[in-house]
Amino acid sequence: MKRRTLLVAVAALASCGPETEPPRTVQPGAPGEASREADPRAAQPSPARHTPADAAFMAAMIPHHAQALVMTDLVPKRTERQDIHMLAERIDASQQAEIAQMRRWLESRGETAPPAAHVGHGDHEPAASEAHGMASPDELARLAAARGPAFDRLFLELMIRHHEGALRMTRDLLATEGGGQEPELFQLISHIDADQRAEIARMRRMLNAQLP
Amino acid sequence: MNDAASHPRERAFRIPALLVGALLAAACAGPPAGGGPSPSVDRPSGAGDPRVGLDAGWMDAESAIRNMEHVASRPRPEGFYDEADLGNILLANSDMAYRGNLLFMGSFHGFQIWDITNPASPTLRTTVVCPGGQGDLSIHGDLLFMSVEMPNARVDCGTEGSFEPGADPDRFRGVRIFDISDIGTPRQVGGVQTCRGSHTHSLVPDPRDASHVYIYVAGTSDVRPDAELEGCTALEPEEDTTSALFRIEVIEVPLAAPQNARIVNMPRIFAVGEDVAGLWPGGAEREGAQTTARTDQCHDITAFPAFNLAAGACSGNGLLLDISDPLNPVRVEEVFDPNFAYWHSATFNNDASKVIYTDEWGGGTAARCLRSDRHNWGANAIFELRGRELRHRSYYKLPAPQTEAENCVAHNGSLVPVPGRDIMVQAWYQGGISVFDFTDASRPFEIAFFDRGPMADELLLGGFWSAYWYNGRIYASEMGRGLDVFRLTPSEHLSANEIEAASLVQWDVFNPQTQPRVAWPAHPAVAGAYLDQLRRAGAVSASRVDEIASELDRAVSLGDAAARREALTRLASTVEGLRSGASGIDARRLDSLTGTLRDLASGR
Repeated sequence: MKRRTLLVAVAALASCGPETEPPRTVQPGAPGEASREADPRAAQPSPARHTPADAAFMAAMIPHHAQALVMTDLVPKRTERQDIHMLAERIDASQQAEIAQMRRWLESRGETAPPAAHVGHGDHEPAASEAHGMASPDELARLAAARGPAFDRLFLELMIRHHEGALRMTRDLLATEGGGQEPELFQLISHIDADQRAEIARMRRMLNAQLP
Repeated sequence: MNDAASHPRERAFRIPALLVGALLAAACAGPPAGGGPSPSVDRPSGAGDPRVGLDAGWMDAESAIRNMEHVASRPRPEGFYDEADLGNILLANSDMAYRGNLLFMGSFHGFQIWDITNPASPTLRTTVVCPGGQGDLSIHGDLLFMSVEMPNARVDCGTEGSFEPGADPDRFRGVRIFDISDIGTPRQVGGVQTCRGSHTHSLVPDPRDASHVYIYVAGTSDVRPDAELEGCTALEPEEDTTSALFRIEVIEVPLAAPQNARIVNMPRIFAVGEDVAGLWPGGAEREGAQTTARTDQCHDITAFPAFNLAAGACSGNGLLLDISDPLNPVRVEEVFDPNFAYWHSATFNNDASKVIYTDEWGGGTAARCLRSDRHNWGANAIFELRGRELRHRSYYKLPAPQTEAENCVAHNGSLVPVPGRDIMVQAWYQGGISVFDFTDASRPFEIAFFDRGPMADELLLGGFWSAYWYNGRIYASEMGRGLDVFRLTPSEHLSANEIEAASLVQWDVFNPQTQPRVAWPAHPAVAGAYLDQLRRAGAVSASRVDEIASELDRAVSLGDAAARREALTRLASTVEGLRSGASGIDARRLDSLTGTLRDLASGR
């Protein structure tokens, strides 16, 4: 009875032409092996896992990015160089969006995101700050006090170092066991790496252009 | 930059979701009026643009459309979406390839095979589960190639992932090879692992040997440890000359034995002399390799074999490669653009006199089409190519600002093969699809668009990954919403003849990263397209164009072959007579029209 119903159903589908044949789902094997029929609802990606180092990376990158914003905030009143204004605007837009993305990542995984205040002013742990290329409170004060070409030069030097610190952070994360493999984080760090390398190249050109 | 959308005369369709079905069934009403090119603006205003303020929703978002018709929409199939996690990248759709009446839709979870015999009713034939991402696809004969870079990819297509710490022999990052001779049961027949995986790839034929093809691999992620894949090192080239940085890989695939595919070259396309990283600035003041960050990778390479060229969008630069010897691509030009964040992809125009490079600012996951984002950031940069020199002419960015809930930036597209013009259709993630003209490289302008509201009120990863013209329709892969199909409709920017002429171009196989050169058949619609362009440009008076067009109609309908030949030959001479005094694009169109009429006369 059951079988006949099935046959009738198949015949009905077949009579409508190839358009109505139900789609197949297959899962191939390793190269050279046969493919097998699969249940599409069962063949789901395993839930992505992240490591403590991943969460620590995100939590550290938020204040790191925030300090870049502190530096770009200084630009408007201290230089007339249009290319530096544009650079600052670009960094500002990019890193604000990434901060929001990193917060979402942490919060949706039950991890703690650093509070919005008290980040970015170079007043947290000095050793980590230095390893990550961050500016010290003293350097930030010098940057705030500088004007014109002196500001331009210091800004570019500090921002190049800051970006290189971010690259070092991603490299260090990848060197940890299983670090940087969670899919969304993997995408983000691939992107941060590419984006900041290109930005460093641009800043080096600007710095070279400033040399006599 | 054209900002047609802000023109007060413009009207467009704005479609509540529930009406979409009805509109899909019925042909759209006549073309809306449109504005011509207007002066460039630094940031998008969005004033009066129907793409602004669309309601959010997954399969029920509000949408806006102009000068095209939405003929079909198919959600992602069973197993390729998670309603509880719509933005999950591990299930997102990605890039497409085409063969005959089949569309191969890549996904981070595998790929799908759609039958598009009836473009208004795509039918799913097979879904193939084989995670890896991004899942960009190319086809040659019965072989399908797939780019894989994500760490969860396994050699055996397993879904359990590869999250174990350290080197994992079961992990796969590189190019997978499938046999698709039985489209109901594709089989994995080979694969080539690479140090940085394969973010994208480009298939390049060998003009001297049809028994194999080459695949150029662009890897953009971290270098795997030597313990996982022997010979991989992330050390800078100064420290280790075998560095996996600053190179692409060339895979040779023996078509009769794809299991023997292997890397045959790792060209140092960033080198200057002996310095493999020589292209990048900072050399003089380098303080040491560890602290010197340079861009060292290509994101995407588009080959144009008919011209022996490839355009590389290589993170910090746009490159031009000579691929006369496809095994050994040689860099012949490089450009740098202060407004570009990340050189992402490239498209040539049909005579290789222009190259469009895209800037994927924000990596595709960020909302980079905000009202506050500049028009030349996250945009296309349009270059003229003279000899081997690239000259920047303009930028083109989606004219309508998008919300913070929509990831948006320039992404993948292809030419719409209208003779006599350069037109491209392009995906902008959640910014939708934009069709634009760049015949005048300095003055691109929009022709048509489609856009949906955000997937949700918060940013969920989604939107159009690719939008390509294939055999008369635009097919678009939506990361979160599936497959969409469109038909261009006539407007003041694009005539029925031009659309028909584009539709005459039929490919057996189309891999968007391997650009085919278009040649149009001798057909009255092709002649009509040139005539419409001459009229639109004011190169020939409207009354003269009407005379020629009606004489063309009369001539091609003549039953007597000799009479037809004579009438068309006479018409060709008439058009040739208009040539004196014309210059530039007008002269070229008159020449093409004359040639088409002569071909029609001789029955070619």
